[in-house]
Amino acid sequence: MKRETLVALDEARRNGRAVVRALNTSSGEERLVDPATDTSPLGQEAAKAARADQSGTAEIEGRHWFLRVYNPPLDLAIVGAVHIAQPLCEIAKLAGYGVRVIDPRTAFATPERFPDVPISHDWPDAALATAPLGLRSALVALTHDPKVDDPALTAALNSQCFYIGALGSKRTHAARRERLTQHGFSAVEIDRIHGPVGLAIGARSPAEIAIAILAEITLQLRTGGASEPSAARATA
Amino acid sequence: MDDVLAAARDWLERGHRVAIGTVVKTWGSSPRPAGSQIAVRDDGAFAGSVSGGCVEGAVIEEAKAVMRDGRLRKLEFGVSDEQAWSVGLACGGRIEVFVEPVMA
Repeated sequence: MKRETLVALDEARRNGRAVVRALNTSSGEERLVDPATDTSPLGQEAAKAARADQSGTAEIEGRHWFLRVYNPPLDLAIVGAVHIAQPLCEIAKLAGYGVRVIDPRTAFATPERFPDVPISHDWPDAALATAPLGLRSALVALTHDPKVDDPALTAALNSQCFYIGALGSKRTHAARRERLTQHGFSAVEIDRIHGPVGLAIGARSPAEIAIAILAEITLQLRTGGASEPSAARATA
Repeated sequence: MDDVLAAARDWLERGHRVAIGTVVKTWGSSPRPAGSQIAVRDDGAFAGSVSGGCVEGAVIEEAKAVMRDGRLRKLEFGVSDEQAWSVGLACGGRIEVFVEPVMA
């Protein structure tokens, strides 16, 4: 690997851009491929690998390449700077997410409570218009307050984010479904929202609930939710 | 994964030599997927992983050799055979690790 390559890969990561390094493991030849713009056969294979977030070998025009995908970090938007959000920030960072907290209530979303986390005091619809959710984004709404949660969920449902979760009991979630239906969302669309949020692991403390939430996000990311246990955790 | 790049870059900037190992092929139940990487510093410090800790020691030794002679290496690891000093994967899988120097 050339030093310039290493620097370019590190810069792409810092700037949130996907890049693929094509490596010929016989000769050591390397090429940096921009999967978003490169339309060559190599570029197309690279784009496929980047979309699947999976590195692997490819034979292109008789040559063997190892395509190493460097995708930008995953994005977790947490709406509601509540107690659960604090441990969730920590473990999500460990799992490789860029984490951000959105809460217009300035008493909750403070740098003291969320050190080293970007905080937005805008309303969720405004915050998510400024920094939109993408394919590698997850959103969790934790405020219990429809005034704050609903605009966040609306923005998430209108995005391609891979996971949406909302804290609240089954009853709260049923009421939420009703409100979103009145806003014009179909049942299938609303089914994208995981509520009650988190896998059923019997979580009680904020840290345990955070683990349940990140476990569910991971399940969705890695399996598309295919092996999801049916039992939903009923928490307040 | 990302911290591997950051560590490698940081070490280079401090004047160290660095080699990078990448899992380029897996067969069976390998502990880490293709693309998993380890960065190795000339004094043996390392970041990242290519297995569950089973073969890192051997990869680090080869990485030091790569830094000395600049030659690429392809290493293959399979099941360990219980003999003393054999390096292998307890999980029963097989992996190929490509080790290359970072050229200054």
